[in-house]
Amino acid sequence: MKSLNSHMRKCSLVLSLIVLAMTTYAKTWIVRPAGPLQSLQEAIDNAMPGDTLLVERGVYRQPTIIVNKPLYIKGIGYPVLDGQKKYEIMVIKSSRVVVEGFAIQHSGYSGYNDIAAIRILNSRHVIIRNNKLDDTFFGIYSQHAVSCTISNNTLHSNAVNEITSANGIHCWKSDSMQILNNTITGHRDGIYFEFVTNSLIKNNISTGNVRYGLHFMFSNDDTYMANQFKNNGAGVAVMFSKGVTMLQNLFSENWGGAAYGILLKEISDSRIERNRFVRNTTGIYMEGTNRIHIAQNLFDNNGWALKVQASCNDNTITQNNFQGNSFDVATNGTLVLNTFNNNYWDKYEGYDLNHDGVGDVPYRPVSLYAMIAERNPVTMMLFRSFITGLLDKAEKTIPGFIPENLKDDQPRMKAFKNLSL
Amino acid sequence: MIIATSVTKKFGKLTALDNISATCNKGQTISLIGPNGSGKTTFIKCLLGMVVPDSGFITFNKQNIAHNWQYRSAIGYMPQIGRYPENMTIAQVLDMMKDIRKQSAVQLDEELIHLFKLDGMLHKRMGNLSGGTRQKVSASLAFLFNPDVLILDEPTAGLDPLSTEILKEKIRKEKQAGKLVLITSHILSDLDDIVTEVIYMEEGRLRFHKSLNQLQEDTGEKKLSRAIAQVMGS
Amino acid sequence: MKKIIKYVLLDLLRNRIVIAYTLFLAVISMSVFNLEDNPSKGILSLLNLVLIIVPLVSIVFSTIYVYNASEFIELLVSQPLRRVNIWLSIFTGLAASLCVAFLVGCGVPVLIYAPSDVGIMMTAMGLLITIIFVAIALLASVLTRDKAKGIGVAILLWFYFTLIFDGIVLFLLFQFMDYPMEKPMIVFSCLNPIDLARILILLKLDISALMGATSAIFRDFFGYQWGIVATLLIMTTWAGMPLWWSVRKFNRKDL
Repeated sequence: MKSLNSHMRKCSLVLSLIVLAMTTYAKTWIVRPAGPLQSLQEAIDNAMPGDTLLVERGVYRQPTIIVNKPLYIKGIGYPVLDGQKKYEIMVIKSSRVVVEGFAIQHSGYSGYNDIAAIRILNSRHVIIRNNKLDDTFFGIYSQHAVSCTISNNTLHSNAVNEITSANGIHCWKSDSMQILNNTITGHRDGIYFEFVTNSLIKNNISTGNVRYGLHFMFSNDDTYMANQFKNNGAGVAVMFSKGVTMLQNLFSENWGGAAYGILLKEISDSRIERNRFVRNTTGIYMEGTNRIHIAQNLFDNNGWALKVQASCNDNTITQNNFQGNSFDVATNGTLVLNTFNNNYWDKYEGYDLNHDGVGDVPYRPVSLYAMIAERNPVTMMLFRSFITGLLDKAEKTIPGFIPENLKDDQPRMKAFKNLSL
Repeated sequence: MIIATSVTKKFGKLTALDNISATCNKGQTISLIGPNGSGKTTFIKCLLGMVVPDSGFITFNKQNIAHNWQYRSAIGYMPQIGRYPENMTIAQVLDMMKDIRKQSAVQLDEELIHLFKLDGMLHKRMGNLSGGTRQKVSASLAFLFNPDVLILDEPTAGLDPLSTEILKEKIRKEKQAGKLVLITSHILSDLDDIVTEVIYMEEGRLRFHKSLNQLQEDTGEKKLSRAIAQVMGS
Repeated sequence: MKKIIKYVLLDLLRNRIVIAYTLFLAVISMSVFNLEDNPSKGILSLLNLVLIIVPLVSIVFSTIYVYNASEFIELLVSQPLRRVNIWLSIFTGLAASLCVAFLVGCGVPVLIYAPSDVGIMMTAMGLLITIIFVAIALLASVLTRDKAKGIGVAILLWFYFTLIFDGIVLFLLFQFMDYPMEKPMIVFSCLNPIDLARILILLKLDISALMGATSAIFRDFFGYQWGIVATLLIMTTWAGMPLWWSVRKFNRKDL
């Protein structure tokens, strides 16, 4: 312990010396509309690696800005970088670039090129923070990037459909990314991950995007936590990945026939814990999903809390609160190989004679009517009518259609308190 | 004043009124006579708009009564069997009718209420009244608003002789005041001295409509009941 | 007309059944909210009350009342009064007293314990259902002369609207499962006021599920403001049409 501490101290000493050296020799360039230095690109070209560029308030219209050396580029009073709906606005081709404090707007749009507001290309340790992006095609696009941080940015676009819009924060073949505290609205997908590993997505707010709030594919060993995904066209999709940890997120108001709090497809060995699923058409939809641990989540006021397709095995659903959902669980299969245990179900009508807090008869979370509605969705229009009530009662008395082993043997009598926070 | 033209009414297969035409004028006291089921009450209900004729029409003061309702403010009606909301008291029924028919110009005629001594039992519920008392209430209501036309369906049925006399006296008084009075009755002797005209009905058809004088002349009988009996016999 | 309504109301207020109905609703509502710790579950229990008991009581009570009031109606008809006014007064009196009973017995507890938009919608639907079934009762009783027959027809109508109709619809939905049934389903719903009321309550209660289950056509119809307005208009028609028809019948009815 001691030797480690002293080692750390030595390290930080060396580091601060380097920083001192850099600040001593690094030059600061001021860019302002009135001149003498009017062009940001010119400033970059003139600057030496490690220099600081301060960009003063104003509107800068120019072709794509290429950042090809490590620089600290800071906007003062949110200078506007305008792509005039023609250009990609900034491409970062160097590692250790910091871009902050800009208002970036009107990027070009293309049906066949991925035009972005800021593109990080084959770089490491780039930081993009505190920027305001508006009316951009792709927002921040990272490509073969490693250990970059995208934080505290606001991204807004005006997507109307999936075809003419693009993603807010788009990461492709990247590693160890940190996506923190961003707010993304009006894009196609709020955050898009494809082939991204060992990354953290935390404290972001992704709402009102036309497709997914978070779109996650072929990306292993990532964590996303404490994010809010609200009112997106199709909710959140996590597909073809393993080792994903999903914690303390809020999934709410994702409404539609194909909208889900989370759509899980071909996911394995992952954890979904302490999240809140509120007022979604479907809380979690699972297809081809194996060995997922779903615990201590709150499912409140969803249409269907869980839809478990027959292709799901060995998932554990435990210690969750299910309350106010129209249907708790629906499934298309009859043989169910997942474990439901020790959850709280507000529809449970059993009793607890020994007062141990656990109901004495099992709870069957699938209702006959849920099965009927699954086969013939239009019958939802008869939901809660006298006749469907009679059908459910009849099935409870003489079970015939509901999967026999889909049940919670230890249903809680009372809801778990303070699950999510 | 009231003119019925070819009034026909069928209840299913039964023809209750068959092509009835009649004219009733001011100052007349008309007796509507006929055996049971001859259509007297149906005819009266047609006049009141309670039964709608299948064909033909009725005018009241030259106005067709179909789709009309105001004309009823000039009519006082005493039904054969008075039917009232059971849990209202006499006072409430009287008040309600006054409330509904209130016409500021008309002087209320409460004479019968006093003569029948109804003011002593105003708090009694309609449901608990005897048939006779109910008739008294019906009669009082018919005369209450001083109407130009009085339609009395079997007015003396169920009344004791004393009350019958009171009622007859009242009818005579109104007749002298120039009102049209239409009475159905099968107890003919009661009516002898007040009737001016006779309408005789049988099986929904109007057999004759004559003035009392004419009838007496035709049959040579002084008494109405005898005259009718003779007509029926012939 | 005001005067007739006044006397109909006075007569109804003396009627113990309306008071018993109020108490019954109040006891059920209060116990439901006091037994369930979660008010939204209480709302669910009351949903059946609104969709089943309220139409039953409204239609049967109104039918019986009209038959029992035949003397009163006869008395009024012989007076210088418009028949339309007499009939509408009876309708107004019945609807108003049953609505007050529902509002006091069920609406007030709902608005106290669960003052959400679900609660407000449910109260509104309870009132509308009451009015609609009073209108249907008036039609049933003007069409049948015989009291026993009239009450039988009323109960049958209630049974049809609460259960048989939905059963037939469910049957049809499965018979024609392979065809697009959304549009016909909306038409079906409009043919039953109880279904319409239920759907409007579902829109507040199960919006998340409804938005997923049926495709765009459902959202386009019920999901928007004008859809709700249209639904309310159709429900008003459900009160208006039987009433209008019964007025026509009553105008020509022989007493």
